[in-house]
Amino acid sequence: MSKLAHKLTKLVPKGRTLVFAIPFVWLLLFFLLPFALVLKISFSSAAISIPPYQPVIQYASDTLTLVMNFGNFLFLATDSLYVSAYWGSLKIAFISTLVCLLIGYPMAYAIARMPVQTQVVLLLLVMLPSWTSFLIRVYAWMGILSNQGLLNNFLLWLGVIKEPLRIMNTNIAVIIGIVYAYLPFMILPLYANLVKLDRSLLEAASDLGSRSINTFWKVTLPLSKGGVIAGSMLVFIPAVGEFVIPELLGGPDTLMIGKVLWEEFFNNRDWPVASALAIVMLGILIIPITLFHRYQSRELEKSE
Amino acid sequence: MKKPHFSTVMLVLGLLFLYVPMFILVFYSFNASRLVTVWAGFSTRWYFELFRDQQLLSAIWTSLKIAFYSASMAVCIGTLAAFVMTRFRRFRGRTALSSMITAPLVMPEVITGLSLLLLFVHMAQIIGWPADRGIATIWIAHTTFCSAYVAVVVSSRLREVDLSIEEAAMDLGATPFKTFFLITLPMIAPALVSGWLLAFTLSLDDLVIASFVSGPGATTLPMLVFSSVRLGVSPKINALATLIILAVSLAAFIAWYLMRRSEEKRRRQLPDLE
Repeated sequence: MSKLAHKLTKLVPKGRTLVFAIPFVWLLLFFLLPFALVLKISFSSAAISIPPYQPVIQYASDTLTLVMNFGNFLFLATDSLYVSAYWGSLKIAFISTLVCLLIGYPMAYAIARMPVQTQVVLLLLVMLPSWTSFLIRVYAWMGILSNQGLLNNFLLWLGVIKEPLRIMNTNIAVIIGIVYAYLPFMILPLYANLVKLDRSLLEAASDLGSRSINTFWKVTLPLSKGGVIAGSMLVFIPAVGEFVIPELLGGPDTLMIGKVLWEEFFNNRDWPVASALAIVMLGILIIPITLFHRYQSRELEKSE
Repeated sequence: MKKPHFSTVMLVLGLLFLYVPMFILVFYSFNASRLVTVWAGFSTRWYFELFRDQQLLSAIWTSLKIAFYSASMAVCIGTLAAFVMTRFRRFRGRTALSSMITAPLVMPEVITGLSLLLLFVHMAQIIGWPADRGIATIWIAHTTFCSAYVAVVVSSRLREVDLSIEEAAMDLGATPFKTFFLITLPMIAPALVSGWLLAFTLSLDDLVIASFVSGPGATTLPMLVFSSVRLGVSPKINALATLIILAVSLAAFIAWYLMRRSEEKRRRQLPDLE
């Protein structure tokens, strides 16, 4: 009995291995493997069955058949809808990121200059909206931006405009929504970076006669490059694949890839085309993702 | 009078931009009219309608259950991953793990949702589980992306903790296992709590991933809200939004208050260090 118990304990991996293996296996199974499956299904073709695609790899009567259909990718490349959806996503995400940076940088800078106790409160105020509900924050803008909405009523009352502006269901509404929803994710990494900035460098610059605007461009901004990259990627990458905001605030002419993928999947039930869309999106995003990742793992693995 | 710094002006404007839409939501939840943009007197009728809506109440319950399970599991996996990244020496497995754990932070939700759905479909074909998609599949999906956030929060705390305390415990003969539970865990407990809370709110809030991996049996709160919001604005949603904002603000205020009190206590105990 004790011999058997001894053998069994030998089989169980040692603590150290287990600590590593649990998260590793979980991520392998639920993060990496699913991507391989998306790649596989993108080479399949749609079928009326459950699940709604044809098998790619089949083993029957001693033969292994591999049917790869490149049609989905050709279809994406030739149909102008998909090309303009990718282009539209990139354009809207880029503009939104830029606006977020222009608003978020001064805000993060101001927070970093405050006394420590105030910093905590201000950071809490910046993060609080994002802890509520993403959906409800986007919904808030539906009431504000619509033709009879509060913004138009307010501007009409002020006499700035004679006729209501059409903002709702346009790309501008989508950009406003993205900036509103993702602004906290821009501010946080920028703040984390700016708060560590060595003040004596700024003093040195001003002692040597540098004007404050010059010091900002030559000292502060280059030193906060890591924060700018991290914040921008945290906004840009999810914004490219955004579905909720274009669906609720955008109009028929808002073409974004997340929305197109959703419609292919849920409305057309074309899983292979949806998978191909995901693979191409990933291919486009691989550069920004690597950029973010390099920064993030440097932060994570940095040994003080 | 001193002119305020440009960045301070931007901070005030930015905070207004973040909060005005939420105040408008709260304000119009007390509107008697069905039209959200026309004010027709004070009323609390939308709140009463909210509490009579059985479908909504059961969706809230489903969401809370999923969020609780996901946050708890994500804290386990995220903490283990954070421990590997900060306490193990560099080897190929560690690099692979840290790439995989941070990737969900920026992955577009539609891709994560689609990929996990395909995994569950394949699993059902090969091992027969999950036969029905629902709470369990959403739990797995949420645990995976929430672990990433927990790992970031916990690893930044693990890096701050003084290593010499752990080394001292091991020098005195404590096993690594015992050291972790008696020394490391109490020191990183605040990070575990904030990681859990973050994971809880992220899971509660997710619409896209849950829509992909859910089945007909499980409707979460965001799924229900989304299908109603798609049809246009409704004061009932404003009432729900007000309650969510109230709950989150209250929780944040309590967290802030507790944090400040413990900080003050620590400062009083160590007067010389200031």
